[in-house]
Parts: sequence; structure tokens; C-alpha cells
Amino acid sequence: MSLARRHLLGLEGVSAQEITTILDTAESLKEISARPIKKVPTLRGKTVVHFFYEPSTRTRTSFELAAKRLSADTVSLSASTSSLTKGETLIDTAKNLQAMSPDLIVMRHSMSGAPHLLARHIPCSIINAGDGTHEHPSQGLLDLLTIRQTKGRLDGLKVSIIGDITHSRVARSDIIGLNTMGSAVTVYGPNTLLPPQVESLGVSVAGSMTEAVAQADVVIMLRVQKERLSDVLFPSLREYAQRFGLGLKHLAQAKPDVVVMHPGPINRGVELSPEVADGPCSVILDQVANGVAVRMALLYLLIGSEAA
Amino acid sequence: MSGQGDILLKGGRLLCPATGRDETGDLLISGGRIAAVGGELAAEGAQAIPCAGLVVAPGLIDLHVHLREPGHEYKETIASGTAAAAAGGFTAVCCMPNTKPVNDCRAVTEMILERAAKKGSARVYPVGAITPGLQGQGLTEMAELAEAGCVAVSDDGRPVPNARLLRRAMEYATGFGLPVVCHSEELSLSAAGVMHEGPTSTRLGLAGIPAQAEVIAIERDLALASLTGARVHIAHVSCAGSVAAIARAKDAGLKVSAETAPHYLTLCDQDVGEYDTHRKMNPPLRSAADRQAVRRALAQGVLDAVATDHAPHSVLEKELEFDQASFGVVGLETALGVMLELVAESVLTLPQLIERMSAAPAAILGLPGGRLAAGGPADVTVIATDSPWVVEPGKFKSLSANTPFAGRSLPGRAVLTICGGRITHRLAQEG
Repeated sequence: MSLARRHLLGLEGVSAQEITTILDTAESLKEISARPIKKVPTLRGKTVVHFFYEPSTRTRTSFELAAKRLSADTVSLSASTSSLTKGETLIDTAKNLQAMSPDLIVMRHSMSGAPHLLARHIPCSIINAGDGTHEHPSQGLLDLLTIRQTKGRLDGLKVSIIGDITHSRVARSDIIGLNTMGSAVTVYGPNTLLPPQVESLGVSVAGSMTEAVAQADVVIMLRVQKERLSDVLFPSLREYAQRFGLGLKHLAQAKPDVVVMHPGPINRGVELSPEVADGPCSVILDQVANGVAVRMALLYLLIGSEAA
Repeated sequence: MSGQGDILLKGGRLLCPATGRDETGDLLISGGRIAAVGGELAAEGAQAIPCAGLVVAPGLIDLHVHLREPGHEYKETIASGTAAAAAGGFTAVCCMPNTKPVNDCRAVTEMILERAAKKGSARVYPVGAITPGLQGQGLTEMAELAEAGCVAVSDDGRPVPNARLLRRAMEYATGFGLPVVCHSEELSLSAAGVMHEGPTSTRLGLAGIPAQAEVIAIERDLALASLTGARVHIAHVSCAGSVAAIARAKDAGLKVSAETAPHYLTLCDQDVGEYDTHRKMNPPLRSAADRQAVRRALAQGVLDAVATDHAPHSVLEKELEFDQASFGVVGLETALGVMLELVAESVLTLPQLIERMSAAPAAILGLPGGRLAAGGPADVTVIATDSPWVVEPGKFKSLSANTPFAGRSLPGRAVLTICGGRITHRLAQEG
């Protein structure tokens, strides 16, 4: 099994069949993380570079564990330790990395399109681990896996994504992936945090929290980035929590089997009340566990299959 | 009358919208001037150039280029930029003041003109700054700038944010016959945007620049034109709202003119594709509907002229993350070819195209040329309208290759450019 692509820069353009292959592979690799010895030799001799231009804890840890569980050699670079701080351009840094013959680069960058630039200049595989406010495809895939596990399917589901859609790369990847798999996506948030002509992404826009939650099979809450306050995109965290935060009162009006997701890290008491975050509807920690499995699947399918 | 250095263009289609001439005939150049136009001419000793099947037009004039010298000679120089102009069929260019140092005083203006006289392949008309250093505060010594040779004033790329100051600039400039060229942009609205705000910016996760950032600023600048009676020229119009505002101002009798650029007429925001920094400019490529409105406005004359906004950048400014890349594209060597696409698509007639690129710009800034008339300057462009070629940035005379049209097949081009009676470009016969 493999994918007919060298890179994963986004879920845009990734077919339903490819997504199914990735999710099926992730399912089959999941059990490795449950073994006492959590390691298989699949990627022995392969080199994976984790190239993080932007701080990240969970995505980076998740990718590193995924690579290590497949026995790849891994190197980590972060902005503070790389030549970036010495004024080297992205392309120069990448060409230097390429000269050391990595098989795959996992890249996180604060600017949209940075991995696309890299992909135009170096031949090795690239996984976009989040670029600016564009996409975060591995997060999108782990969300799809989590939904498929809890609901048994993706086709015909109603998914609501609530919060800062404009600045969320998770939202874009979720929307694209869910649309590809046949789910119907609704978004809701303050108008200042909905991107221009958001319907063009293939979503409908809810008019209230109640409307957003009422018919949903899945509710994905997005993190409020506090720096958006200084940009005056909403007046206060207090009002945000009151109007756009998810609490038990909303779940009382929702479908009984609704599940709640969040890409983390959570602002407890802002977008999610603690009762919801820790309650029975929450599958947030399943998402984290699935993250490792999905990333193992991506590494395997992009660089491991010919050696397997 | 005839003698050494004279040029006789034989049997071309003499196309001069300013004088209404459109007929097959000869054109004789002598002593840097047009000696005779029309009919069958003979001149002993003159270099005869057969032009059958070609269009003989007034030399093209570009109201809006960045020559980068002084200060950014690795992107472009006066020599390379005017060579690019000649290769594109232009005989005159107006260069914007955002050099380093800024063209905000007599010394810089004179230096530009001296270098252009020495090394230039086209006439160079400097545009002086409105505020010293383009800092948006105070006024430059405009009387002296005009005396030194500036043909207009502009803080291009750095619009004057303060309405009261811009009012003063318009009033003051008018006293010395200087038009004010406005790069109209409401900076507080365009803010951190890097492309047109719309479905494509949403898809790519890039911060958008709404069309209204341009419209609001144009409305302000037109209101100030009304207040002051100044001659105001609106640069690089890109969207439908701007066109409507300009049409209203013209209907109201204001002395305003406006230009757009070939890329706004032929590309749109979707063409940014996968973060193509060669399609990043300011104002940005707008929606397909905006493009349609700009096309119509150019055909109807609401927009008077086509200017390139030739903005050379090296790979240092362009091979970067989209957010980091500089705004701007080169245009001198592709403008005519791209505009001929619009003729092929019947958006414009050929006479309209020539008018928008010669007579109109000459009229807007009161420049010589723009017409084929005996006694006038011998600025002539000979065009093959049906001679397809493919844009290869590596062959540009410009020092920079940041074109959005690389690899595009264009219907025609300038085969011969004559500036002041001197051949500044002649396309080698391809065999």
C-alpha cells in the first residue's frame, strides 16, 4: 500500500480513496502503541527531519513518537536553534537539510504556503504539520479517524465547527476532509472570526450556538487565541465565553450521542466549560491517541511502503 | 532634408489615434523628428526599413515604472530599465520616486535625468515625491522639483495618510502645474493583507486586502481633487468600485484621469494558485468580476491609460514565503503583447490600445509625443500584431524576471522602437 503522492501539503486535492487508505492504515498501526515494546522496524534506515519554525508541543511530540515507533532516525530543528535566527532564508535552510539526504521533512511554519515553497525547491517528501492559517492536514486526518471510530462512518454526518475559523488551519483541513468524505459542515463564531466568503469553503453558517449544536453529530470547538484580542476581533474573553463557549446547557439541547472534539490546547472556561471537556461526550484524548496512529500511517505510506 | 541617420519606414499601417490617421504609407524621420508622414515618400541616404504588414504607431509611453536607481541597482538600473522599455516598444517612461535616496529634491531628479541622458534607451520623466522621504509628513520643494524636470508628484506605494496634508499637496502642486498621482489605498483597512480578499484568500489562509481599501481611498482622493481643483491621476486601478467612483468624478467634471495595468486586465485572484509570489502585487489581482469591470472601463475610456507599474524585484525578495515576498511585478517587456490579447478577444480595438498606451498618457502628464505628426519628436514603435512569441524571463533586458506571464504565449510585440530618431530596439529576424 502507498499513496500516489510525494508530499502531504494539505487535504485539498486528496481523494476520498486516499483518505480511506490513510485512516485504514492508521487503524491497523494503532495496536503498536498498545504493545509493551512499542516499536516496529518498518522505517529502519529512514531519516525524518522535524522542522518546526513555530513552537509546538503536541504535534511535534506526536510526529516524533510516530517516527520512533516505526524505527526511523529523527532529527529535530526549531526556529530558536536553527540558522533562521541567523537570517538564512527558508530555501537555503531547506537546501542544506536536503544535502544531508533526509527521506522526509515534517514542517511547521507560521506562514501559509511555506511548505509549498519548500516542495518546489527540494525533492524529498514533505508533510505539512501546520502552515500559518492555511492547513494542518494530519490534524484533519486524526479528526476524521476519531469521528469514524465513534460514529462508524463519515458519510452523511453533520459536523459543526465553532470558534475562530479565520485563523484556524485545523478548521480548513477539517472542512476539506469532511466535505470529501461526505459529511455536512456548519460553522459558527463571531463574524469577525469567520473568513471572507466562508461559504466558498463548502460550509453553511449557523446563526446561533443553539442552531450550531442542535442537529450536530459532532461538535468541534476551536481554541481562542488570546492574541486575537489585541487585534480587536472580539471585545473580551468574558463575552466570548458567554456567547461562543460550549457548556452543558448546549449539550442538553443536542443529540444524545453528540461527541465533542477540540484540537487542543484547551482554554478551559473560554471555548469549553470544564464539565464538557471532561464529560462523557468528550473524545479529546482519543484525538491525541489517534494523532500518533495517523502520523505513523502517513510516514509509512509516504516513505515506508516500498521497503516494507 | 535627407541625409545620414535618417530613417524611412516604408509601407506600414500608419496608426495614430491622436490625429485620426489609419492608412498604409511611409514615415520619414530626420534629425530626431518626424519629417513627413503618409503617402509614398523617398529620401536619399535614408535607411529604408520595410514595414509592410506591420503597424507603425506613436512610441508607447508608460506613466508608471520603478527604475530602482539610485539605491537598488541589483534589481534594475536606469540603463537596464529603459532598455527593457525599448524592448517592449516604449519610448518614454515616468519613474516613481521610491528610490534610495527618494527622489524628493532637485539633486536626485537631476542625477536621474543625467544618467538617463547618458545611458538611457528611452525618455525618462521623473515623478517627484509629495513628502520628503515618502514619510507622509511635510511637503517637498515642488517648485524646484518641477524646475529640475519632474512631471508630477506622488508618494507611490506610501499613500499620504493625512487628508489635510494631501489637500495642501494638491493645492501647492497645482500652483506649479504638477499633477498629483495617487496610489490610493486605505492602509488601516488593507493592513497586513497580502492578496485580494475573497474565496482564494480564504482557501489559501492568507490575509486579504478588500477591494474597499482601494475604493475608500480613491473616493477620498477624488473628494480632495474636487476641493482643490487639482489635476489628479489615479494609479493602477484594479476593481469595479474604483471604476464607478472615477466615472462619477468624471461625470461631475473633475480633472481626473486614471490608469490600470495589463495584469489587472488579464489575471485574477485565482491565478495566485499555490502561493505564486510572481502574482503578488499591490493592489492585488482582484476577482474575475473586477477584471471584467476594469476591461469595460478601459474600453469606454473611464480608465484613460494603461501603465505597467513595472516593479523589478530579485529572487531575494520573491523566493520567499508568500507573506514575506515583496509586492510587485515587471511589465515593460510584456505589456504590449498582453494588451494585444485584449485586441484578439475584441475587448479593445487596436486603435484604442495604441491610444491608451501613447496619446492618452502623453495628454495626462502633458508629455511630448504620443502622435505621428510632422515636426514632432521621432518616437515611433513598429508592431507585429500577429507574430506569437513565448515570454521567457531569462531573455529580458530587465535585470529582474518577476513576471506573472512567464511561459505565456502572446500574440505580438514591438519589432522596432525609435526614440528621438535613434533605434533603441530592433528585433532580430527569426529564421
